[in-house]
Amino acid sequence: MDFNADHFALFGLSRAFRIDAATLDARYRELQAEVHPDRFANAGDADRRRSMQWATKANEAYQALKKPQERAKYLLHLAGHDVGAENNTAMPVDFLMEQMEWREGVAEARAAGNHHELEHLHHRLRERMVASYEELAALLDDTKDYDTAADRVRRLMFLEKLLFEIDDAIVALEEE
Amino acid sequence: MALLQIAEPGQSAAPHEHKLAVGIDLGTTNSLVATVRSGLSVVLSDELGRSLLPSVVHYKADGATEVGYEPQTRQSQDPKNTIASVKRFMGRGRSDIAHVESIPYDFVDAPGMVKLRTVAGIKSPVEISAEILSVLRARAEAALGGPLVGAVITVPAYFDDAQRQATKDAAKLAGISVLRLLNEPTAAAIAYGLDNSAEGIYAVYDLGGGTFDISILRLSKGIFEVLATGGDSALGGDDFDHRIFCWILESAKLAPLSSNDARLLLTRAREAKEYLTYHSEAPITARLSTGVLVDMTLTTAIFNEITQTLVMKTIQPVKKALRDAGLSASDVKGVVMVGGATRMPQIQRAVGEYFRQEPLNNLDPDKVVAIGAATQANLLAGNRAAGDDWLLLDVIPLSLGLETMGGIVEKVIPRNSTIPSARAQEFTTFKDGQTAMAIHVVQGERELVSDCRSLARFELRGIPPMVAGAARIRVTFQVDADGLLSVSACEQTSGVEASVTVKPSYGLSDDEIAGMLKDSMEHAKDDAFRRALAEAQVEAKRLVEAVQAALQSDGELVSAGERGRIDVAITKLQEVAQSENRRHVTLAMDDLEAETKEFAARRMDKSIRRALAGRRVEELGNGLEAKGEQA
Repeated sequence: MDFNADHFALFGLSRAFRIDAATLDARYRELQAEVHPDRFANAGDADRRRSMQWATKANEAYQALKKPQERAKYLLHLAGHDVGAENNTAMPVDFLMEQMEWREGVAEARAAGNHHELEHLHHRLRERMVASYEELAALLDDTKDYDTAADRVRRLMFLEKLLFEIDDAIVALEEE
Repeated sequence: MALLQIAEPGQSAAPHEHKLAVGIDLGTTNSLVATVRSGLSVVLSDELGRSLLPSVVHYKADGATEVGYEPQTRQSQDPKNTIASVKRFMGRGRSDIAHVESIPYDFVDAPGMVKLRTVAGIKSPVEISAEILSVLRARAEAALGGPLVGAVITVPAYFDDAQRQATKDAAKLAGISVLRLLNEPTAAAIAYGLDNSAEGIYAVYDLGGGTFDISILRLSKGIFEVLATGGDSALGGDDFDHRIFCWILESAKLAPLSSNDARLLLTRAREAKEYLTYHSEAPITARLSTGVLVDMTLTTAIFNEITQTLVMKTIQPVKKALRDAGLSASDVKGVVMVGGATRMPQIQRAVGEYFRQEPLNNLDPDKVVAIGAATQANLLAGNRAAGDDWLLLDVIPLSLGLETMGGIVEKVIPRNSTIPSARAQEFTTFKDGQTAMAIHVVQGERELVSDCRSLARFELRGIPPMVAGAARIRVTFQVDADGLLSVSACEQTSGVEASVTVKPSYGLSDDEIAGMLKDSMEHAKDDAFRRALAEAQVEAKRLVEAVQAALQSDGELVSAGERGRIDVAITKLQEVAQSENRRHVTLAMDDLEAETKEFAARRMDKSIRRALAGRRVEELGNGLEAKGEQA
């Protein structure tokens, strides 16, 4: 196995957004079963070091492929289209307006102590994200429209942040 | 012709090659050692058949030490030299220890970790722990008939880097080779999972004498995968004793007690708590030194009432760990109960109600951690038998990060990352010509450095002088399978390197860790505000320095009137940067930028002219090309 192989090759998967999650899980565990430091607790320094590097790489690769958004980012990176979220924060006005509406909705539900509404918002947002994953699959695997895909990933990053905020609000209500 | 030897399935091929390895549960109150014998994990007892070793060490004037039951029973006779619960001091500075004034030991503040002055000299918590470990090691070697190849030592899941390192050092001091540091709830999951061939999502609820851990694991085809862990270290069975103690004081309307009477009533409180596990009411009687007779009855109903908030306090971390794992209570197939305090019926009931299922109690909650540790030690030592091909994937309990400008934490490895784990992050210089960079490693969930635990500081020196923002310093964090961190930094353009194995000067207090986790949830909003303010302040400082540097080098490009307006804008910005109003800072920055816009344009012209004058045209072309490639 080539240490510099990409994450998909590491798990024997073809380079695509559509992957079988069960296969990824299984391959990850198979790989860790081989390389994990617990398998080399008795070995020499060099083997132990190598084991740690491989196990670290397996964890990194698994994290990069497990979450759809991270997987999309990684695919774009492999295709030479980095998402560039740091330098590319300009989003269309209608998207930003919609984000503000969402945030207002969360703030209102939080202030009103409306647990049910927060759960509803969480659910709606999740649906929205899942729909984005389907769109990303078409853009990345079928039409190879990387520019649009990068834009969708940037949007997803906003949505994910929003989801964290909703979840935080739910937890805050539960703890009150 | 020699006969080929065939080993019995499930046994190691050559018995004489069986490596002697043990699992050690180094507990706050009690410690245990266990090993795998004939495929079965068993706790090793002392010559009197007692499996627990009270974690109490007595130092005598002649330098001799006593560990266990003897010093425990005579604790009040020589309190300064009889050290109990030393685990609470591991990897801690004096200021980290809660209620340090009320602890009867003679603390000596030392860099890194507090020390204790005893009749046998000044002892560090590492040395005291090593005394306990030495007794366990001797017990194991006597029972197994030879020297140990190594041990797996358990630590609370929320233990930070300093506490883990201190534990490992104590083992080294006791002459024990550490095969692995293992999280206590994970050890319990191994013991339970292998015993029951469990598959699916399991929660381990671990309530000890002074600590609470919760871990969520996925058990699948011999893989124990920790999905999330959490806890509240200011919470344990001792707090329940204390509630009963307070109830006695209030109900009997007692005057302030002497320390001996307080100790007596705390003991009675603990006995009552234990009695209520199997009875509906507990008699509490004690004759105080004042002659007052305490004679009362604690009912289950009262006990439940006075401890209800404590019980609920354990449920919050459970919810959070489940959320971190992306799961809900209904996904959990079984809840394994660990720690003596889980014997309390109200704990069993609360956990059962939250998860809507009967908790699993089929393993001794005092022994299950040591048994799991022994199982892993056996595997790590290389005594792997057929069918023993299980694997453990654990996580780090608290996020690891670096301090950036403005005292803000940049998280490098988030909590609940599977270990071993590595992550690199790039940073750059803040000032022109900056040749050194201070790397400050912190652990915790909050956004500001001042709210997190400082783990280590080191410096990367010899960065070639460049303009601010041009250097590329890559800082790499590596967490190994013991959960221990090492950090290295490298300036990418020059190759200058620095690295450190984080041997922290001190660790987080248990209270702090639990508190920090909780605070980060509660103050998420507050943090975001302070973070935005701190960022604006850094930006403001950077802008002022840039303008001042420009005025110094190209001051002739501004008129006296312009210079006056710029100076006013600088002063204004410096003033508002001290305030708490982020918007004012941003506005003042806008003003200064507006005042210097013309000046900046003239400077640009000047430098381009200077460049053109000093270079031939083709050189300039090459330069632009090279620049284009970099971009």
